[in-house]
Amino acid sequence: MPIVLIVAEQQPDGNLRKASLNAITAGKQLADKAGAELHIAILGKDPAKVAEELKGTGAKAVHVGAAAELEHYLAETYAPALAALATELKADFVGMASTAQGKDLMPRLAARLKAAMATDITGLGGSGADIIFHRPMWAGNVFAEVKLNTPVKVFTVRATEFTAAAGGQGAAEVKTFAPKIEASKTKFVEFKEVKSARPELTEARVVISGGRGTKGDFKEIEALADDLGAAVGASRAVCDAGWVPNDLQVGQTGKVVAPALYIAAGISGAIQHLAGMKSSKTIVAINKDAEAPIFQVADYGIVADLFKVLPELRSELQKLK
Amino acid sequence: MFSSLLKRLPQGEAAVKILVTAKRVEDPESKIKVKPDGSGIVQEGLKYKINPFDEIGVEEGLRLVAKHQGEVVVVSIGGKEVQEQLRHALAMGAHRAVWVNHTGPLDQLGIAGLLQKVAEKEKPDLVVLGKQSIDDDQNQVGQYLAEFLGWGQATFASKVESLESAEEKNKEPAVKLTADKKAVQVVREVDNGLATVECQLPAVVTTDLRLNQPRYASLPGIMKAKSKPIEELTPAGLGVDVAPKIQVLKLASPPARKAGIKVPDVATLVDKLRNEAKVV
Repeated sequence: MPIVLIVAEQQPDGNLRKASLNAITAGKQLADKAGAELHIAILGKDPAKVAEELKGTGAKAVHVGAAAELEHYLAETYAPALAALATELKADFVGMASTAQGKDLMPRLAARLKAAMATDITGLGGSGADIIFHRPMWAGNVFAEVKLNTPVKVFTVRATEFTAAAGGQGAAEVKTFAPKIEASKTKFVEFKEVKSARPELTEARVVISGGRGTKGDFKEIEALADDLGAAVGASRAVCDAGWVPNDLQVGQTGKVVAPALYIAAGISGAIQHLAGMKSSKTIVAINKDAEAPIFQVADYGIVADLFKVLPELRSELQKLK
Repeated sequence: MFSSLLKRLPQGEAAVKILVTAKRVEDPESKIKVKPDGSGIVQEGLKYKINPFDEIGVEEGLRLVAKHQGEVVVVSIGGKEVQEQLRHALAMGAHRAVWVNHTGPLDQLGIAGLLQKVAEKEKPDLVVLGKQSIDDDQNQVGQYLAEFLGWGQATFASKVESLESAEEKNKEPAVKLTADKKAVQVVREVDNGLATVECQLPAVVTTDLRLNQPRYASLPGIMKAKSKPIEELTPAGLGVDVAPKIQVLKLASPPARKAGIKVPDVATLVDKLRNEAKVV
């Protein structure tokens, strides 16, 4: 029986990166179409706790590889360890969420497996040996149907396009394996975390983003976000200016989000930004410029100064409570 | 030419040789339309540029060479038209160019295979590529290349300072050579923060948008670029089979969002969000 192997990701804080659960759903859909069995792999210094969490997500087996050398993620140590596992399992498909780690690791793993790869898949088609991957190109302006003509096929999953796999779907067999360790020419030096009390940008139900129009003043955006339990995002321009940390950037080159409600305040709506939020269920645009391209994708737009609209919006929302 | 340059350097100063890429892509501002039969995109009226991430790679290479001495070699793969992008990089200040003459389909495996051969021939200390090209959006080639070469990789290279900072205006490279000049320190953009890694040279670095602000090509730079050498290579000459393994079956436009409305005031907005969209 063909094998689909999904690589789960442990965050630096030891928890499971939630996008892994969306990748597992994609893996499950793929396994159904290909008539394959779903397996999960997790690597780390001590991934036992995460493995426990993965047990009930509907896979046949969870492969746990623990080694001190895997404490800090590096493509050069993770790729050989996963390649050895994939080869031993005779995996036909290897996939992972399109996180920063997924995008760094999977092409290196694919190179080792002599596999062609599809990045950021948004859907699946075909069946049996003829699986078709759907993926965006040209900043989401084009969707392509792609076939990978190598024995092993590698892919990363755009998390917003697949639901998160729930727990309680039986108990997968947990198999520990000794990861193949290779020396790395790269060493980990440090990780500087951007801490936030707000929800994770890619998982939030509501996202409020600020652009150039904020002139760097995010106070109103943050206040509204806190009222709504929302995540804060930003356009590329404000990250470039150093007004907010880079990892808040929404767009083709930042994070792709698809919340129930996306509020764009003072964002003009360049193609590259739209690529990161166009799939949101409801989009609200607040901008002084009535011609701003953001209004072409917004369900509701207000042509006004965000510093006037946001406080009003807060007090109107307060009234509803 | 390069070895004679090396000999002239003061004792202890390491020259660096940097290979950078310059993929030809559609101008990021242009409207991309799919052909009715889904076989490709409409080419008429499109303008072409160097991939913005590659341009950042060229800039970073130039900054490293300005600080440490050495040479920036730019490579592009494609038909005769990619010479435009090579000339652009040369006008920015790259020293010479390598053109891999190939027309027809090419996938990321093929590109990485060709770049591997060019790197083996040029023996650079560092290959700097964009993290992704804005047409395919694959984000693969640098990583494939690093594995093919057996080198370290530092993807999504960024910097800590703002691109509007004084630091940036000083044009200091953000990719730092270590004191012994045998490795580079790179700040990488990752989820929830920034990770710093140290890669032994030779290594592969891919650029994120916030690594630097690329310079404009000056008029003297453009004039000078005309006389800089472009070496022509071919996939056959390099011994690389570039038959694509990634088969694009069909392209389609994404579903369009239905046009929204402009509301006159915040009260109306809240009413719509509550009763129509039901999101608050």
